[in-house]
Amino acid sequence: MKQLWKMFTRGLIVENPLLMLMIGLCSALAVTSSVANSIGMGGAMIFVIVFAELVISLFRKLIPKDARIPIFIIVIAAFTTIIHLLMQAYLPDLSESLGVFIPLIVVNCIIMGRVEAWASKQPPHFAVADALGMGLGYTWVLVGIGAVRELLGNGTLLDFQIMPQSFEPILFFTLPPGGFMVFAFFISFNIWLKKVTGTKAGNTIVSESV
Amino acid sequence: MNLISIFLSAMLIDNIVLMRFLALCPFIGMSVDPGKSIGMGLAVTFVTVMATVVTYPLYIFVLQPLNLTFLQILVFILVIASLVQLVEFYLKKKVPSLYASMGIFLPLITTNCAILAVTFDNISKGFNLIEAVVYALGVAMGLLVSLLLLAGIRARIKAAPLPKFMQGTPILFVATSLLAVAFMGFSGLIK
Repeated sequence: MKQLWKMFTRGLIVENPLLMLMIGLCSALAVTSSVANSIGMGGAMIFVIVFAELVISLFRKLIPKDARIPIFIIVIAAFTTIIHLLMQAYLPDLSESLGVFIPLIVVNCIIMGRVEAWASKQPPHFAVADALGMGLGYTWVLVGIGAVRELLGNGTLLDFQIMPQSFEPILFFTLPPGGFMVFAFFISFNIWLKKVTGTKAGNTIVSESV
Repeated sequence: MNLISIFLSAMLIDNIVLMRFLALCPFIGMSVDPGKSIGMGLAVTFVTVMATVVTYPLYIFVLQPLNLTFLQILVFILVIASLVQLVEFYLKKKVPSLYASMGIFLPLITTNCAILAVTFDNISKGFNLIEAVVYALGVAMGLLVSLLLLAGIRARIKAAPLPKFMQGTPILFVATSLLAVAFMGFSGLIK
């Protein structure tokens, strides 16, 4: 149980896919102009990564080593198609505003990376713990960036007015350049956080080979 | 005229990296020096155009008549992955010198989200085949331009005194942000 918890939590900060490993950045910056979009994207991502890691972990002994990359791609693409169609059917507005980034989950390096490095070698419950941690690690960063951008760029959070009426929205933050700027400070903050909590970069390699 | 405006808007106004946040991994990873940037840019250009030429007819003549459009994601990513493999085999056999210099860039292209995004855009924007190819070229050139620009900026950053908390990756994103502000100036170019 303790081991599972450790696998779950490392995706949140120490090995956060966005801030530490710097993978899967594209969707993270593009959809974070509001908190609602961030939550939607994070949810879709958690769905795909959990099921992809689970399925691949279940079949890990049957997948031939030479053909593994195409098989991983097919599994990930299948779950991406499922969430894409589900969102179009039940959440058409959200699907509209996320646009091409839902289908692009299929080429998200986070999923491919975790499947290759972790799920294809570990039993299913380990894979799911890892997937949930990575998925939530991705989501909290997205929601964080989304909150900063929406608050400063629009004065609202989830469409509720937060800032006083006298506050002049800083349009810069809802535009693409603002996304890059806020993300730069997020990475900087995470590097500082890591230094304070005293975790070394070398841990990444150790935990890969648990 | 229409073709020129498609090309320019894909390359500058809707710049794939700076305005649409796609292909960020190669953008950060491959902009270390101008040589690598050009290699990556040209490889992406080639695969993007090839992918467009293959996926577009496939969608119009195979998936649409058979009512299989829901397989779009699966089919497109497989086409791109196998295209990259083919290009890799071909270069290895016929032009080994080019293969050696591009070696590391090639496999990375499969997971380049710009290419998949272009193939989706071609369908959703309702282009015909020629427009689609021009659009693909424009997007790829946009990537090449932004890669070169960041490579130039990185050479300057190396020599600059930076505040400690900005060292490493954070400063790259700040530079990208300012570059994006500059590119927003292009938005009045067409219309």
